[in-house]
Amino acid sequence: MMDRIAAFGRVGIETIASFGRASQFLAGVVGGVPKPSVGFPLLIRQLYAVGVLSLAIVVVSGLFIGMVLGLQGYTILSDFGSEAAIGQMIALTLVRELAPVVTALLFAGRAGSALTAEIGLMKATEQLSSMEMMGVDPLRRVIAPRLWAGFLAMPVLAMIFSVVGVIGGMLVGVEWLGVFEGSYWGNMQASVDFVDDVVNGIIKSVVFGFVCAWIAVYQGYDCVPTSAGISSATTKTVVYSSLAVLGLDFVLTAVMFGNF
Amino acid sequence: MGQRTTEIIVGLFMLAGLAALLFLALQVSGLSPQSSDDRYTLYANFNDTGGLAPRGKVSMAGVTIGTIESITLDKETFQARVAMSIQQDVDNIPSDSAAVIRTSGILGEQYIDISIGGDLESLKAGDAFYSTQSAMNLERMISNFASGR
Repeated sequence: MMDRIAAFGRVGIETIASFGRASQFLAGVVGGVPKPSVGFPLLIRQLYAVGVLSLAIVVVSGLFIGMVLGLQGYTILSDFGSEAAIGQMIALTLVRELAPVVTALLFAGRAGSALTAEIGLMKATEQLSSMEMMGVDPLRRVIAPRLWAGFLAMPVLAMIFSVVGVIGGMLVGVEWLGVFEGSYWGNMQASVDFVDDVVNGIIKSVVFGFVCAWIAVYQGYDCVPTSAGISSATTKTVVYSSLAVLGLDFVLTAVMFGNF
Repeated sequence: MGQRTTEIIVGLFMLAGLAALLFLALQVSGLSPQSSDDRYTLYANFNDTGGLAPRGKVSMAGVTIGTIESITLDKETFQARVAMSIQQDVDNIPSDSAAVIRTSGILGEQYIDISIGGDLESLKAGDAFYSTQSAMNLERMISNFASGR
């Protein structure tokens, strides 16, 4: 019995300690911005790895999700004879919810896991400690560019996702199912507000980008430096990022669109 | 891959993001680059605004000429006071025109339609419509009809 309680307590202490380490780590990274002349090329390289290489999966999923929304929305809305509202439905769903959330989930799977594995392997092969030995701060040199790249790339990816999804919905709704193109765009423009919907969606994706990148680099930096440790850190990155994104999305939606 | 190639590709990526933002602003949310300077405000008092909401459209002959800015309660008369911002180039609305609340379709949202009058003088910024017609309330109409009033 006492053992059980002790084990429970150990889990609690471990969790809190891990949060503490993650926050200290974050303070170290954000505080330690490298000189622009050194940092900028590093940031560009990470933006390429994290952002540009995720573009393909984001565009393809955005197109298909927009097309599915078009089909599904048409099925439901045509029951009420209001299939002209399909543009409004697709645009609001994408801009407010699906684009930030699905992009973040894809990002966690595609880029976050890669970041964790890369940093974890650097740790396991003692590249990080040899950097410290040479007087180079690995937080500045390795971690900070990756964190900032995730932070910057996510909103860009989410916006591209929205645009591709809206176009995908138009392909299905207008070209295939025959909704009038004018009412597709007209209903959309009448109901989507730039500040309330588009900017709030971008704020969401900025938050998600920050959280996903933070979890990914922290899990890599904090992993047990063995092959089993790296594999479990990679798994944790994907699981924690997904849970954090879905949970935060609920909170942000309640704050932004709850109206109470 | 060289540093320069990477930089160019990342630059293109960022430009794609900007283009997406522009598309979301202009095409999806219909944000027009028109500033508030080329608009003027007109007022109208209604007994019942029904489901009218800010950002709703103001139209004349079916063409959108402005948006609803705000809906407030006039405490003196207990009427709803609706402020509408009208495009500057529509500056010849006859002063005896009427503001009518209509519904687009049966379930659509409500908007203000301006039925044109015949006066030679036109409304200026800050003026109010003299004649208005409130929202048609289907429920109230049915209950009035049923109770024979």
